[in-house]
Amino acid sequence: MSRTFVGMPVFPPPTHPAFPEAARDAVHNHTLRSNLRHATHTIRAKRARAVAELSDWDRLREAGRLIKDHTLRHLDRYLVQLEESVTAAGGTVHWAVDAAEANRIVAELVKATGESEVVKVKSMATQEIGLNEALLEEGIRAYETDLAELIVQLGNDRPSHILVPAIHRNRGEIRDIFRTEMGAWGRPAPDGLTDTPAELAEAARLHLREKFLRAKVGISGANFMVAETGTLVVVESEGNGRMCLTLPETLISVVGIEKTVPTWQDLEVFLQTLPRSSTAERMNPYTSMWTGTTDEDGPRAFHLVLLDNGRTDALADQVGRQALRCIRCSACLNVCPVYERAGGHAYGSVYPGPIGAILSPQLRGTASEIDASLPYASSLCGACYEVCPVAIDIPEVLVHLRERVVEGGVAVRQGNKVVLKPAKGHAAERAAMRAARWAFSHPGALRTGQRLASRTRRLHPRTLPGPGRAWSATRDLPAAPAEPFRDWWQRTRGGKDGAK
Amino acid sequence: MRVALFLTCVNDTLYPDTGRAVVKLLTRLGVEVDFPMAQTCCGQAHYNTGYRHEAEPLARHFSDVFGEYEAIVTPSGSCGAMIRELYPRMGERARAEGRGDTLAAVLAPVVPKTYELTEFLVDVLGVTDVGACYPHKVTYHPTCHGLRGLGLGDRPRRLLQAVEGLELVELPGAEECCGFGGTFALKNADVSAAMGADKVRNAESTGAEVLCAADNSCLMHIGGTMTRLAVGMRPVHIAEILASTEEETAV
Amino acid sequence: MSSRERILGRVRRALADVPPDDTPYEQVVRRDYLREHGERTVEQTVELLAENLADYRAVVHRCTEAELPSLVARLLADRKAGSVLVPSGLEAGWLAQADVSRVADRTESTPDDLDRVDSVVTACAVAIAETGTIVLDGGPDQGRRRISLVPDHHICVVRVPQQVVASVPQALERLAPARPLTWISGPSATSDIELDRVEGVHGPRTLEVLLVN
Repeated sequence: MSRTFVGMPVFPPPTHPAFPEAARDAVHNHTLRSNLRHATHTIRAKRARAVAELSDWDRLREAGRLIKDHTLRHLDRYLVQLEESVTAAGGTVHWAVDAAEANRIVAELVKATGESEVVKVKSMATQEIGLNEALLEEGIRAYETDLAELIVQLGNDRPSHILVPAIHRNRGEIRDIFRTEMGAWGRPAPDGLTDTPAELAEAARLHLREKFLRAKVGISGANFMVAETGTLVVVESEGNGRMCLTLPETLISVVGIEKTVPTWQDLEVFLQTLPRSSTAERMNPYTSMWTGTTDEDGPRAFHLVLLDNGRTDALADQVGRQALRCIRCSACLNVCPVYERAGGHAYGSVYPGPIGAILSPQLRGTASEIDASLPYASSLCGACYEVCPVAIDIPEVLVHLRERVVEGGVAVRQGNKVVLKPAKGHAAERAAMRAARWAFSHPGALRTGQRLASRTRRLHPRTLPGPGRAWSATRDLPAAPAEPFRDWWQRTRGGKDGAK
Repeated sequence: MRVALFLTCVNDTLYPDTGRAVVKLLTRLGVEVDFPMAQTCCGQAHYNTGYRHEAEPLARHFSDVFGEYEAIVTPSGSCGAMIRELYPRMGERARAEGRGDTLAAVLAPVVPKTYELTEFLVDVLGVTDVGACYPHKVTYHPTCHGLRGLGLGDRPRRLLQAVEGLELVELPGAEECCGFGGTFALKNADVSAAMGADKVRNAESTGAEVLCAADNSCLMHIGGTMTRLAVGMRPVHIAEILASTEEETAV
Repeated sequence: MSSRERILGRVRRALADVPPDDTPYEQVVRRDYLREHGERTVEQTVELLAENLADYRAVVHRCTEAELPSLVARLLADRKAGSVLVPSGLEAGWLAQADVSRVADRTESTPDDLDRVDSVVTACAVAIAETGTIVLDGGPDQGRRRISLVPDHHICVVRVPQQVVASVPQALERLAPARPLTWISGPSATSDIELDRVEGVHGPRTLEVLLVN
């Protein structure tokens, strides 16, 4: 059976279990829990220190929010301006409505060069559209060159984090993957490779060197695109980005339309907030900025593929559109207690964690089981909002998307206005919510219920049947009191009668 | 000063001791407390689960019941945050849905005069030493909506530090969510339970007898986990600690 | 309809709620954040640059213009470098005392050719104290982007204090967007193994920054 991607792949295709089921295994996997705990706690403390160095952090955060919001509110104008600037600087701009179109454009551009392999800079957009798989179907092999992406690719694994896709792997597991898999992809791992991070990094350096040096086509995403100048920016650490952006003859960048910022000066905000939020550094080791092509320096041909793939659907939602401010720093993942315990794979998307929980159901819609469950994958603790460098109120959007799931209503899907039906599987909950609302609108009824609970308290079981088991499997129930507060209040006139 | 106690439906039904403690504490501090009998629920569980439209009548009802008081005090960070943060948002959403300004106007009066208990004590009454005595080793868990929603900051700690006989010990990972999260505790029970267990282990590591918080919903989850894990600690609402006096402890 | 028209149409429909007289860019973006963090003398700013470069494992040397040729020669000798890449506009005097074969930065060189060269010496466009960053803009004394990438040893000369700014906003003011820019903060590094930083991946594993008065 052949399958065509019309949007973002829900993987592993074609279906993914709902979040609670997907998270269950992770919660009970001790190695995974310990890997995630170690990594996220390490980076949390570092981020807090890096942010505390800037006394104007709140103002930078607010400026970032305002710049991104303004750009989104006038995105049509800025995209046209960006296209003009890039074209004037010697680049070629392509527009892709969805994943299938973007993949087709890239495959054709690669084929036109006569090459059958490409080197890739880590890019969320190309992960989102499943570019590597699409290129492989066209006989083109894509080599991931970011260390974590390499670990994922060699391990035939799935990414579980935005910044560090192999965060679920510890050093020992990485060594094992390098030892067994590198040979099939090129230069094998050195003999006697140990699990020290420095040796693992060296093994990756040697393995990828030959690929960089012979590559004729590079593929990247971008962190920012400046409309007024046509400049693209890639922020990285290892130098693999620089290799892919400067050594090949042809460079193809696939970038979501929301990555646009109006002016060169706007970079002064994000180049301060992004590194500190993501890797907790004052500045990441390498940032490359290029504007079209430069004579005798770097690629001779530059193609920019502007990607929609659901972004305009999110843009149409006045509450949800703030998710498009995201600069993919991962701070919300690193601070999230749910992510820490459920792991990235449970989110069934290349965008895991809190941002994924609001982005995936907007980019893909809420029709699938996983997407309908993602808005609930949060205790609404608000830690994500607190660390977000562009102040995305993730809890607000989560609640908004919960409403879309249970109430349905008007939404935009693939550019068309549709009326969504309430999701299946919430009927009992809906009835319970209505009953509770009715009781809470009738204080007398509430009181009857409370008294009933108090009077039957000796009969209450320690564990509950049905949906209540979800509580009582791991937690004891509170004992019902002898009388509700309001009865005491009335009986004693607020304690004035001295009765206890 | 005439103050209405918004106890919350959870406390009214399951934790009347907390309500009695608030009344005792505020009365001791010279505040005249009323408990409007028509009060029910702020609508938080509805709103946060995606039933905003079901929450609206509850919010209107809340405003009807409490609109005339000078101040509304609630011993719950999350219900306080519901009224202060989310009632205005409900008004905005109704406006965006083309239903005009009515809901916003109905809800507006209660928003600025709703206080979480520790806020009311420190900011309105201006006290940190409430004359309490509680000779126990206590660790404090700042609940998420109090911490990040209302911005309670160090108010609860300052109140606890002023309690005679109380030894306050720092909770490792204090600011991390306990995993309750309302219907999250049921919908994502595995993750919720794992978060709860980690919170309880951290609390246990402090050697405290009591884990204190300013929200009984979170304490219900933490306490239920404590007894299930057979940890020799008990959850206590901050109002009950602040209401305790020497006479009682002598008994 | 082209995909371009389709996407722009979707964007415009999605933004139907945005009024035509929406607040313009100049008024909406408040730039009330700091142009630099803290007040420092020129010398203190240079000190901070040196500290932050070293913090991310760049090797920092300070010298006078007159001492520069001997310092460069010594650093290359210490590495036992046999060859060094030289941008076309590099000041000739800088390498005057170095006993190494010079490789010109030429269009015809293949990446493999560059991979056989031991070291590279470049100037820079600007350096940022607060972040410990040097920025190369492809000027004649810096050469093509790839020459400071492929060799494993990069010596970068910063003229102090004139090339040093305090902050990122000040650096952007000095840079020309149309030029290909490379911002370098320490040697290449990765945080991909357990989110712990390790220096030395694909870019030069040794970065030596010479602050020249």
